[in-house]
Amino acid sequence: MKHPEPVQQVKYRRDTALQTLVGAIPYAQFIGIRFERHGDELTAVLPFDESLIGNPILPALHGGVIASFLEVAAIVELSWAMLWKELESGRLSAESMAQNMPRLPKTIDFTIDFLRTGLPRDAYARARVNRSGRRYASVHVEAWQDNRTRLFAQATGHFLMPPAAENPSGKA
Amino acid sequence: MSQPDPHSFISALPFARALGMRLEAISAGEARISMDWDARFVGDPATGVIHGGAVSALMDTCGGAAVMSYPGATTTATIDLRIDYMRASTPGQRITARAVCYHVTRNVAFVRATAHDDDSENPVATASGAFTFDHVKKVSK
Repeated sequence: MKHPEPVQQVKYRRDTALQTLVGAIPYAQFIGIRFERHGDELTAVLPFDESLIGNPILPALHGGVIASFLEVAAIVELSWAMLWKELESGRLSAESMAQNMPRLPKTIDFTIDFLRTGLPRDAYARARVNRSGRRYASVHVEAWQDNRTRLFAQATGHFLMPPAAENPSGKA
Repeated sequence: MSQPDPHSFISALPFARALGMRLEAISAGEARISMDWDARFVGDPATGVIHGGAVSALMDTCGGAAVMSYPGATTTATIDLRIDYMRASTPGQRITARAVCYHVTRNVAFVRATAHDDDSENPVATASGAFTFDHVKKVSK
């Protein structure tokens, strides 16, 4: 009988791969976005910072910060879903990812609903891939601050998937 | 509240400052804002292309500025914004957004915007959005 993989090894592989993916997006670092992982489920976290303010009188997060946060959350979720199978099957390792970063999906369009003022505190977002084909994908993102059920923004975006030849699955 | 000064409008926004946005032109209901290429704004290091989120931030700021410059406007906030990404912007080149507030109602302002790099014939992205619109209150003495 095959022994299950030690839990530390599983966590190390997944966390390293996620850090490598997020670390490869300079703009995500610039805004300060990080990701928390439970199994394959990701939550994007945007810690509050004064530089993220758009309206200093209210004060409120800049609409552009919110749009950026949601778009980063969508791209990372989509990439993560794309890489997960490769990673778990052993066809891709975090180390090989670091050396040869898989190409990321490209945004075709992105529509943001600003439901409430973004308060000067931490924000969270979770994205759901509603459809992911060989060429196109549709992703929905929800963002909240204090209450999970009181969204302050949501967005839907369409993405062009990287060509299969450039996917790690295209390699032996 | 009096008609706001559009120049201070930009410099008063910490995040617009963080992205190095510059107000190039402003007139009634129209605005032009630019943003230099910066390695920190890159979305995919393999290509050096600016992240869509940074372009969204530029479009949103420019749309807001167009609304604020509309005669009688006081404050505004984005209700929704749709961005279409036509092509990757060229790494190293400045991106300039132009926004027009083409219609306002009692409560809503409608905005269209385009963004381009050095090749001004081929937009990098276009956007359309709805913003809240508040009028200057008529004061009777």
